[in-house]
Amino acid sequence: MSVSVQQADFDVGAEIATLSQGRPEVGAVASFVGLVRDVSGGAEVAAMTLEHYPGMTERSLEDIVGEARRRWQLDDVRVIHRYGRLEPGDRIVFVGVAGAHRGEAFAACEFVMDYLKTRAPFWKLEETPDGAHWVDARDSDDSAAARWETKSESPPGR
Amino acid sequence: MNIKILYFASLRDAVGHAEESFVLPSGVSTIGDLRAFLAERGDKWDALAEGRNVRAARNQRMASPTEPVGPGDEIAFFPPVTGG
Repeated sequence: MSVSVQQADFDVGAEIATLSQGRPEVGAVASFVGLVRDVSGGAEVAAMTLEHYPGMTERSLEDIVGEARRRWQLDDVRVIHRYGRLEPGDRIVFVGVAGAHRGEAFAACEFVMDYLKTRAPFWKLEETPDGAHWVDARDSDDSAAARWETKSESPPGR
Repeated sequence: MNIKILYFASLRDAVGHAEESFVLPSGVSTIGDLRAFLAERGDKWDALAEGRNVRAARNQRMASPTEPVGPGDEIAFFPPVTGG
């Protein structure tokens, strides 16, 4: 299964190893790990709670992985996103991409993260000294995702 | 014609509940119509008013305001997503 939405932590080394296991054609594995930071917009963050939309979350991540596999020649893609209460330093998200060469692996990994940021239904509630508040979406995430709209004809790494 | 409406995150906090069963009134045929109708309830429903940053999904896929709403649909309203 290429997409998991779970409360539990994950083993980055094991996930990366699995991406190329039994696939001698894989020459590159690119991965990204997102972590909870202890500061957000200048405020201290003691913890955050990630909420999601069960059903739609899995479907949207699968759609994003499917789109990545249409755009690049990939051997495997793995996405894990956690939900629930997480503390600074905790892992939130893992994206791993296996391909023949680094170009498509790097590009597809970044693409999946950029689309996930703007399309997967997750919301962060941060606990700060002033109380809990919902994180606002950032315009920079929209522009990061928009880069891929214009590049769909000739994606980087091809 | 019954539909289910879900609210998430700050929007759920604002309107005070996560889910409602809803009978589509005549004249409400798109996501945009539905949102406007709900915002008309006033008070806390102002969170859905035009100009507020609200996204929608129809049957668990992102949907634009012009997308039609049909019987049995699951419609969700929520703020822009902040995962990753």
